[in-house]
Amino acid sequence: MLAGARGKKNRRPAPLETTVLGTAKLLGVAALAAALSLSAPPASGQVTAERLLNSSKEPQNWLMYSGDYAGHRFSALDQINAANAATLVPKWAYQTMAGGKFEATPLVVDGILYGTGQDDRAYALDARSGRPIWQYQQTLPADIRPCCGRVNRGLAILGDKVFVATLDAHVIALDSKTGNVVWDAAAAEHAKGYSFTLAPLVIRNLVLVGISGGEYGIRGFIDAYDAATGARKWRFYTIPGPGEPGHESWEGDSWRIGGSPAWITGTYDPATNTTFWTTGNPSPSNRGEGRAGDNLYSNSLLALDPDTGKLKWHFQFTQHDEHDYDATQVPVMIDDGDRKWIAQANRNGFFYVVDRTNGKLISATSYAKVSWSTSKDATGRPVPDKAGAPTPEGNRVCPGALGATNWMSPTYDPQTKLFYVTAREQCDIFATAPQPYEAGHAYYGSAYFPNDDTQPFWGALRALDPATGKLKWEWKHASPTWAGVLSTAGGLVFTGDAEGNFIALEAASGKVLWHFQCGASVFSSPMSFAIDGKQYVAVAAGSALFTFGLP
Amino acid sequence: MFASRRDNFLKLPRERQKRPVIAAGVIVLALLCAGGLRMQAQEKNPYAGDAKVAKLGEYQFRSNCAFCHGLGARGGGRGPDLTRAQKHHGNTDAELFRNIHDGIAGTAMPAATNGGIGVGMSDEEIWQVVTYIRSVEKKATAAETGDAAHGKELFYGPVGCWTCHMVNGKGGRLGPELTSTGASRSVEYLTDSLRNPSKRLAEGISEPLKDFSQEYETVTVVTSDGTKLQGVVLNEDSFTVQMLDTREQLHAFEKNKLRSYVKTRESLMPAYDAKALPEKELKDLIAFLLAASEKGGGQ
Repeated sequence: MLAGARGKKNRRPAPLETTVLGTAKLLGVAALAAALSLSAPPASGQVTAERLLNSSKEPQNWLMYSGDYAGHRFSALDQINAANAATLVPKWAYQTMAGGKFEATPLVVDGILYGTGQDDRAYALDARSGRPIWQYQQTLPADIRPCCGRVNRGLAILGDKVFVATLDAHVIALDSKTGNVVWDAAAAEHAKGYSFTLAPLVIRNLVLVGISGGEYGIRGFIDAYDAATGARKWRFYTIPGPGEPGHESWEGDSWRIGGSPAWITGTYDPATNTTFWTTGNPSPSNRGEGRAGDNLYSNSLLALDPDTGKLKWHFQFTQHDEHDYDATQVPVMIDDGDRKWIAQANRNGFFYVVDRTNGKLISATSYAKVSWSTSKDATGRPVPDKAGAPTPEGNRVCPGALGATNWMSPTYDPQTKLFYVTAREQCDIFATAPQPYEAGHAYYGSAYFPNDDTQPFWGALRALDPATGKLKWEWKHASPTWAGVLSTAGGLVFTGDAEGNFIALEAASGKVLWHFQCGASVFSSPMSFAIDGKQYVAVAAGSALFTFGLP
Repeated sequence: MFASRRDNFLKLPRERQKRPVIAAGVIVLALLCAGGLRMQAQEKNPYAGDAKVAKLGEYQFRSNCAFCHGLGARGGGRGPDLTRAQKHHGNTDAELFRNIHDGIAGTAMPAATNGGIGVGMSDEEIWQVVTYIRSVEKKATAAETGDAAHGKELFYGPVGCWTCHMVNGKGGRLGPELTSTGASRSVEYLTDSLRNPSKRLAEGISEPLKDFSQEYETVTVVTSDGTKLQGVVLNEDSFTVQMLDTREQLHAFEKNKLRSYVKTRESLMPAYDAKALPEKELKDLIAFLLAASEKGGGQ
């Protein structure tokens, strides 16, 4: 249906003098289309909003960034399982031939893999062979301001379009059959530090995105665009303006340049029509002077109405943050009987469980070394210690500036009822370095350094029980990693490491069953799909997207 | 015959390409001019000696450089000490600017562009950093430190540093190569490394830029056939280890096939206390390392 509508819109009006011939041609095309439709239903390749809602009914496909609206990053496929994982072999690799971090998770729809990569490239591949069908490269201006690499984490799909949010702060729709640009919407001024790095989230006919740029003194927002036209339907500023509740949590004019980006893909609860988004640090990230107050809605969980962008409630994880503790980790929806939670292992070192019907905190348990907070408020929410603030001489605080975890996705396995997260054990010394605000310039007001611990930094894959917050098992990495985690119905979890290994572990025990050396660090979160009844697991490492399967 | 064939081969294309060649020439000329201007603009620090700019540069340095080069530019686990007046990759303003702007190929030093150092620095900010570095430089020459010639005798003689360390192509491989160490580390750091080598090892290397670390951790393995080997780790991951043993033999193992695998951050290098290496000899040794890193020195 969408394809037909778009086809009409994009067809150039036929000049009058060729009408007769044109009609004849059209008739021919119509006849051909009719003939084809006998063998292939015209809508077979299309991803409807309905299909996105029922993604669990088609486990062979990976229809959105986290696999489903709940943010589980769980695959119901079980052909690859604990009994045969040791025999996994590489099936194909796709090279982007680009430098920098390859952070993207691809999508797979009916045998076609759609992906993005460094420098805002996008591509469609034959998911069986890895052969490219089309490739797209966004032309990026020289004055873009990506804080942390020219990265892109993935795309979203609806109808016959895929949606990519780019480093020059545009949202674009590409024709999923050709890679041609269908629409291009500019969201903000890239030269002032606005950029996109996340995979968009499609809800019904809307494409939702959150902005990056917490290192440049932006004013954060979450946008929704009409999937058909690219028209912006709403914008939610993650920093309330004058007269709005929460505005008083900012000192003076600091709200104008207060950061609070929203650079990781949200989740969606159709039962209550609520979309959950998380936000990043207030700016400047490591210096609270000049922005006294809690700095809402930085480092928060936001419950929004996807149709209007109206805020239903918020929960702030880190108030008046001075350690760059972005809460930009996927807010995972977990149902435990009648109880409906959002679980998040936060960059600040606490594992939070929040009631997603009202935003009330249920529990906050540290899952990594924490020193920024030693007390909790009446609701059980950890509050920052004044003693942890950065100083000119430097103040050692855990977790360090890169966090106890970061943007890499966790996974929730409904079979083991465990939440798996990549944990980083690293403390840093935070020292102030006052920087005046200047549009488009670095604005983080501090420096951080490796700590002087006798223990080098390390990392682990940790299995947490959301019901208790307790650690079930951990598997230690040789060093902290930036790889996310996938769980599967085969009783497996997959993750990667900084040394280039892609690893399969038994979900129940953490026992390593298989590993493969990709030749470069894994900076991405894995996914799984099936084609011809054969299951694959895919992950990006170095400049390549690798797929693995049974021999 | 070869020559004439080549001539024939060249003739036709040359005729055909005349126009593009001229066009390309104009472009090259334009680029040369632009490049020339740019080079000139980057030749000299416009803020040299300006204390206010040095302060701004310190803030830039803290945000963008200190992670590797340490607070006060005194060197971290990874980056060289920049308070040393002698810089391994060039001492002039233009060279400092270029090294920050473009990075240093073959090292962990990234370019000061987006996605490189911190969040990227403008040319002006780079000059601020250069001004700051100049403000904290301390001169330490070999001649002022000690007797380099005697230090060389000690290095290759009674102290026996050469059995594990190489300077200018002469020496062993088990420890770090030291030819340029004098240019990248302070006298205090070098003293510390001699007096207490395990302390340096214990501090570890900063991770985010880590790609291929070598920390000279001590490893002892017992292979499946009972052979015991000791040496330094060249690289390792969760499943494998690559090492150099004390006889300078390379080995690579799968960890789960070893009978035992023990790694410590206790350096194989002996700690040279004042008894083993009196203060005067220590200074002479360091003078030798400083001289080796200075142009044509140490030989």
